[in-house]
Amino acid sequence: MRDFYGTSLANGFMLGTAQYPSPAILADAFKRSGASVATVSLRRESGQDRAGQDFWQLIRDLNVHVLPNTAGCHSVKEAVTTAHMAREVFGTKWIKLEVIGEEDTLQPDVFGLVEAARILSQDGFQVFPYTTEDLVVADRLLDAGCEVLMPWGAPIGSGLGLNNLFGLRAMRAHFPDVPLVIDAGIGLPSQAAAAMELGFDAVLLNTAVAKAGDPAVMATAFAAAITAGQMAHCADPMEPRDMASPSTPVIGKAFLE
Amino acid sequence: MKLQLNGASVDAEVNTLAELLISEGFGGAKVATAVNGAFVPVGLRDNHILREGDSVEVLAPMQGG
Repeated sequence: MRDFYGTSLANGFMLGTAQYPSPAILADAFKRSGASVATVSLRRESGQDRAGQDFWQLIRDLNVHVLPNTAGCHSVKEAVTTAHMAREVFGTKWIKLEVIGEEDTLQPDVFGLVEAARILSQDGFQVFPYTTEDLVVADRLLDAGCEVLMPWGAPIGSGLGLNNLFGLRAMRAHFPDVPLVIDAGIGLPSQAAAAMELGFDAVLLNTAVAKAGDPAVMATAFAAAITAGQMAHCADPMEPRDMASPSTPVIGKAFLE
Repeated sequence: MKLQLNGASVDAEVNTLAELLISEGFGGAKVATAVNGAFVPVGLRDNHILREGDSVEVLAPMQGG
């Protein structure tokens, strides 16, 4: 597997920490998933209940890499400021950079994304940009200093899977040496397996596990699917063909007419 | 002095950002701060003088996808 800014991950499973029915279920799902990365966020803290402090302890106990996000940011300034605050709180240079451009699809504002990525990269951040499968934008992000790209599979929280297989396959082929992560839109383990079979290095998902009837079992299923997809990719899959090709040898077949 | 703290009005008799955090219950907490939209690193809170009407954001780790 390709490194992520020099960090080698045990597997290609990145799991979000939002929307679980309870902290205990979140912890159980992570344990069963074996995920190597947890995404987290920053929100307003109350001086009375200090809920963020308990959450931070829970995340530390997971003993995984932490990837803070800039979720909900709609401007470059907002995203850059949030990234600085996240770096201080979480003690990591990693930042999952989101600059949202459209409310219905939550698709990235790729212009703002490139600008924010350049500012943060120059300031020493290791940026994981949430982007589309657009190859030109990808090139601009690499020029801006990104060493990882995270194209969406489908809109955040939609569970639609890989909406543009052609575009994602083209991205993988176009950037053979860049670590690529499918971020968002995954709803089922089969979709995660498909992403890994295409040669993506990791899958980042949240809702599909957190909103499952049994998050721990779904996390286990995703872990198996991601491993299977990665193994299949490494095993060099056969090329599909339009017409049938008999698998059983024809030579030596009895004449029984 | 009247301030905005995480979007709510507060009346606090403090001079600095560090004093505000202690008076509002954030002492020792893992938080990041911004004043009027600009990040204020932990090392600068002691010297960051607050002024009437300042808008202070105090953020902490939270669930995220």
